[in-house]
Amino acid sequence: MRKIDPDTNRFRNIVRGKIRENLKQYISQGEMLARQGKNVVSVPLPQIDIPNFRFGSTDQDGVGLGEGEEGQPIGGEQALPGPEAGDQPGEHILEVDVSLEELAEILGEELELPRIEPRGTESIEVEKDRYTGIHRSGPESLRHFRRTFKAALRRQIASGSYDVKNPKVIPFREDRRYRSWNTKKVPQSNAVIIYMMDVSGSMGTEQKDIVRIESFWLDTWLRSQYKNLETRYIIHDAQAKLVDSHTFFHVRESGGTKISSAYNMAKDLIQKEFSPQEWNIYPFHFSDGDNWGGDDTAQCLKLLEEDLIPASNVFCYGQVKSAYGSGQFIKDLREGVGQNDKMLLSEINSREEILPSIKTFLRKGC
Amino acid sequence: MLQNSALTPEIEEWRGTIRQHALDCGLDFFEVIYELVDYDEMNMIAAYGGFPVRYPHWRWGMQFEALQKQYSYGLAKIYELVINNDPCYAYLMRCNPLVDQKLVMSHVYGHSDFFKNNSWFSHTNRKMVDTISNHAVRIRRHIDEHGQDAVEEFIDVCLSLENLIDPHLPYFSARAASPEVDQEDTSSGKPATRIPARPYMEVFVNPPEVLAREKEEILNRAEDTQKFPEHEERDVLRFLLHHGQLRRWQRDVLSIIREEAYYFIPQGMTKIMNEGWASFWHSRMMTRKILDSSEVVDYADHHSGTLCCSPGSVNPYKVGIELFRDIEQRWDSGRHGKAWESCEDLHGKTEWDDGKRRGMEKIFEVRKSHNDITFIDEFLTEDFCDQHKLFNYRYDRQMGQYVLDGRDFATIKRTFLDQLSNCGRPRIHVEDGNYCNRGELLLQHVWSGTPLKLDYARRTLENLYRVWGRPVHIETQIDGKTKILGYNGSRHDERTNA
Repeated sequence: MRKIDPDTNRFRNIVRGKIRENLKQYISQGEMLARQGKNVVSVPLPQIDIPNFRFGSTDQDGVGLGEGEEGQPIGGEQALPGPEAGDQPGEHILEVDVSLEELAEILGEELELPRIEPRGTESIEVEKDRYTGIHRSGPESLRHFRRTFKAALRRQIASGSYDVKNPKVIPFREDRRYRSWNTKKVPQSNAVIIYMMDVSGSMGTEQKDIVRIESFWLDTWLRSQYKNLETRYIIHDAQAKLVDSHTFFHVRESGGTKISSAYNMAKDLIQKEFSPQEWNIYPFHFSDGDNWGGDDTAQCLKLLEEDLIPASNVFCYGQVKSAYGSGQFIKDLREGVGQNDKMLLSEINSREEILPSIKTFLRKGC
Repeated sequence: MLQNSALTPEIEEWRGTIRQHALDCGLDFFEVIYELVDYDEMNMIAAYGGFPVRYPHWRWGMQFEALQKQYSYGLAKIYELVINNDPCYAYLMRCNPLVDQKLVMSHVYGHSDFFKNNSWFSHTNRKMVDTISNHAVRIRRHIDEHGQDAVEEFIDVCLSLENLIDPHLPYFSARAASPEVDQEDTSSGKPATRIPARPYMEVFVNPPEVLAREKEEILNRAEDTQKFPEHEERDVLRFLLHHGQLRRWQRDVLSIIREEAYYFIPQGMTKIMNEGWASFWHSRMMTRKILDSSEVVDYADHHSGTLCCSPGSVNPYKVGIELFRDIEQRWDSGRHGKAWESCEDLHGKTEWDDGKRRGMEKIFEVRKSHNDITFIDEFLTEDFCDQHKLFNYRYDRQMGQYVLDGRDFATIKRTFLDQLSNCGRPRIHVEDGNYCNRGELLLQHVWSGTPLKLDYARRTLENLYRVWGRPVHIETQIDGKTKILGYNGSRHDERTNA
């Protein structure tokens, strides 16, 4: 704890107040958010500037130093690169970097999201041995030389047998020290998000943007809860494909829609890579709700009930409103599996509804 | 937390050596206590304005974050930090290489000498470290009593008005010394100067018509002085302290802000000189005495780093050190005064040397009596402007940026002095504390050609209202017309002078 921390926290809280106010509009402007380098999102925030009587900056002439012709523009008003802290607040915007963790925290506070608990009582705890302890007995291969030497030295000094002129230190049996392990129980916190998106002709740019923004925030929140978050992306029209994230957000296919294809692929993925015993599984499916006729919807329901929902922590379905889609699928889901606690449904009609939708998906904290 | 701020034996040894060099150069300084700190402690102390303890306020945190970020992204780092106090406290960054520590220590002795000897610092509190921690204690006590939000909010109000002080007040000690002004005398209307006399002499010693006349005169005078305050009051904060509608703790907070503002003001008034002086001496001591040959490259790199100029601003280090060097040179060879100026023979000028070698003496004299304004006014010469390529710039509305305006010496000098006058702040005084005879406050912005930033001015008026408790006004010029901006607690207005 540094002396200045209370002041810093106070400042941060003031700034966060600002973020909070802007949070809504801010989420709906996806382009403001970019992952830069390692997990840092740069949020430009004004430095708090106490008003006083001062001159308008552009009305003031000034003196400079250097080369140049008359009428030539000079470099922007930059703060002096001096070795001393300036006492003048610059006319700049301070870039307050908010790490993704902080952003998630803000999101969590704003949406009153519960922290996600490790999976119930049957949650997997992994035992890990770490060689952090010291014992008086053990195999010679683990002997801790420095500790042993010190113990011997201490004993010799205490008993007066240590001779400065002839500094021989001879460890006895009871001086020996050995490295030993401590067993720690580490809660298993692996999670995988499986994003599925309908990319049939009816999903336009606006619909994909909504999916993109919502996915970003879901990702941010879940990442703050799990150390080890894997993501998989599945796109589907009449066929499903496993793709990388870039393709996921940018591809535009056209054609029919067969949702069961994606669910089948998710099921396979879970079986092959993500055993539900070890993984927290969060499938998210976004679509405009227009499914191929016939028995495909029935097949989806069967897949959900028998495989996907039991394997997942929650299964989230977000239906984005589109000019073309019938929006029938969410109604079918509501009838079929709507009573299941682990099935979360949400309709996103516009950018403004992204926030409530995230809330719906994450509120349960399971 | 301050783990061990003692100097390492190596630095300690150098401290002694450098101190002796400084004494040999003729510097006369307050003893300097150096502390070795880590970068985040350094940033913390810098964020606190150089003091180890300040009252709780978010702006320290804001400054700290900015410094931390600048440091961690490698944008800037604080080399030196020194406090005007007796003894001076200065901080060295633990991770700096030895050559930097030497540079900083030599630089700091220059500052300490300046603090001690420059007359504009002569009235500053030399026990400010103690005073400022006492302020922190007082404000914490108010926070305990009234809550952090209330106190912090009021501090923000005070800080908004912080620059409304009179930079020259400390030098008129009679006015400064009596903070409690007695306003009672003139209004009592006591009888005229009656001289005691025996009854039979009364009419002769105190003729009734004379008494009547004197009485009338006194009354007249009293009417004249009904103007309140009697003279324009540039120390607006003091005026508010005495006449604002404040609770006791608020008055105390305001007085703390005012005292700290006065402490810092000489540093604003002598920025160029102070940095120039310290750089002059670090450069001289380092290059002539202290540097080891292996350190020359690093030293040169760091020295030029502090003196480099970004276009569009004047680096006080650069202008200051060059002016001092220029003065030294000119007085060494006698290139000043009437004979020099009236000499029109080019050859005679380049060869000019009166052999008096008074340069050193002169710069010590300059550092004693000048501040930035008088320094520039007296020693910025046309030759200097040419040599160092000074120019003036203006804002071009069409291009939307600053453009180089010209290199005319007279204009440069005038602009420079304008920039420095009143530390670059608008000059504002209390014009009338009983405006419209309704107890309202009228401030006057003394027009210097540059308009106020209006949105800020309006928000500042709101804060002023909090302190004054009645409607507040400020007279200024907008688009060439004299206007009075007002705020009455709920509404802003703007009108032309009636």
